[in-house]
Amino acid sequence: MDNTFINSVRLDSALCKGCINCIKRCPTQAIRVRNGKAHIVKRFCIDCGECIRVCPHHAKKADYDSIDVIEKFKYTVALPAPSFYGQFNNLDDVNIILRALKLMGFDDVYEVSAAAELVSELSRQYVAEHQDKKPFISTACPSVIKLIRVRFPNLIDHLLPINAPIDVAALQAREKAMKETGLPSEDIGIVFISPCPAKVTAVRSPLTNEKSEVDAVIAIKEVYPKILPFMKETQNQTEEISHSGKIGISWGASGGEAGGLLIDDFLAADGIENVIKVLEDLEDQKINQLEFIELNACSGGCVGGVLQVENPYVAKSKMKALRKYMPVAISHLSDTTVNNVFWEKKIEYKPVFNLGYDFMDSLEKMERATEIVQRLPGLDCGSCGAPSCKALAEDIVRGEAREKDCIHLLRDYIHRMTDDLKGL
Amino acid sequence: MSSMKLHYDVDNTDFTRAGEASSDTKKKLKLMGVSPEVVRKVAISMYEGEINMVIHANGGTIDVTISSDNIVLVLKDEGPGIANIDKAMEAGYSTANENIRSLGFGAGMGLPNMKKYSDEMNVKSEIGVGTTVTITIYNELT
Repeated sequence: MDNTFINSVRLDSALCKGCINCIKRCPTQAIRVRNGKAHIVKRFCIDCGECIRVCPHHAKKADYDSIDVIEKFKYTVALPAPSFYGQFNNLDDVNIILRALKLMGFDDVYEVSAAAELVSELSRQYVAEHQDKKPFISTACPSVIKLIRVRFPNLIDHLLPINAPIDVAALQAREKAMKETGLPSEDIGIVFISPCPAKVTAVRSPLTNEKSEVDAVIAIKEVYPKILPFMKETQNQTEEISHSGKIGISWGASGGEAGGLLIDDFLAADGIENVIKVLEDLEDQKINQLEFIELNACSGGCVGGVLQVENPYVAKSKMKALRKYMPVAISHLSDTTVNNVFWEKKIEYKPVFNLGYDFMDSLEKMERATEIVQRLPGLDCGSCGAPSCKALAEDIVRGEAREKDCIHLLRDYIHRMTDDLKGL
Repeated sequence: MSSMKLHYDVDNTDFTRAGEASSDTKKKLKLMGVSPEVVRKVAISMYEGEINMVIHANGGTIDVTISSDNIVLVLKDEGPGIANIDKAMEAGYSTANENIRSLGFGAGMGLPNMKKYSDEMNVKSEIGVGTTVTITIYNELT
């Protein structure tokens, strides 16, 4: 079993009503309703979190660590995501949050935004030195990487092969903690405060590195209510912890990563459907001459993650106010030693959507699926449990569904049977 | 040898729908596990042909035949015909009007790109009768 197909979205069967909201909204058509409950087809899932966002019954849940995880380690370091700073009202100094994290029980704090500034600097160098490979596609959003590896094989070579800020931050934080405390690596807990479940999967099953330096991932929405009381106390303190400026903080919203490259020829798309459109056009070479393509699965960028508290656009505007009088950047490569910043492994194409086991088998199945689609009503009603008539036809030829799962075909069939019986 | 045929009517009444036929073929080829490079060649050459049809020839038809050996695209229109095929094959040569150019088309790369991304290409055109472009892309089975 390929363990790179794990995901961090879970179903609470008791709450699931078997409705069609999630199957219709899943961008990779990874969900089917079977026997009245939603099922996620793991190999199709890219962890984008859309189903969590749209489920009216709150039956879809993100899988992340409990905040109590910090008790498992002798020494813990909190790694707040840049977008975390956008959750608070009237915040004019990030140090208030960083100090409060320490009061909450963390021994130290390492900002992901500080590592992001180092990644921006590295990216600037890399893009300048590899102009033949442009356009580069950003790789900070794990859902985008997962989407490309199953649907856009021709774009894999355009992925920027630099570790995401969280991975760089985790390694930096661990090395600093080991040096300062003298403790062995296993006693140190590196805890990421995350906006999304995709990062949970990226940590548990990394695609581009052998292992992740992050030990646990907790949700911004769980930390938020717990940190507020401590912030009252820390707002009058003076300890300066922050090591990031405008560039690092900006990574928390769409356009921030591209902005940090200090180039003009880029686009930044956010929201998974928009991301797919850009990738399709990029694949068909309809987008030319750009140096950088920033893609974020969530609307607004990381501020739109499903584990956030604040409205993404409000959070974005708060971050804008917060960074207004900050220096452009505070963390620089010349002041820091960074190791292992490039991917250890390349992304490998996973053709999970293939209909058959080889070309001839697929050809035959595609023909059958096309025939079946003609017989289906074309309503895309979702009552069969598949998101569209076409998806049902594909499930049928894959042997995972039957034609009579279509309630309309079934009704016609029953009508014919009763007519036949009447004629007896 | 079994093969699969797809037929598309490309109409020119709604310019914003140009590119839908090539997009559909691309999706199908991907589901069939055709190698990424072959999918790319088909998608780009078919897209360019489809756009040409809409811009210059009031639409037309595209027939796609997919087999284990190759993918054959026949793009047929009843448009004005191409006066000088050699000239039309030159990169940068275009007869597209200003309107079309303002949308980013008409760079004179349509036929040259179709040639670049196909393994065999044949253009038959008659003034006032129409144009038929036949493109063959070899399938690479893995």
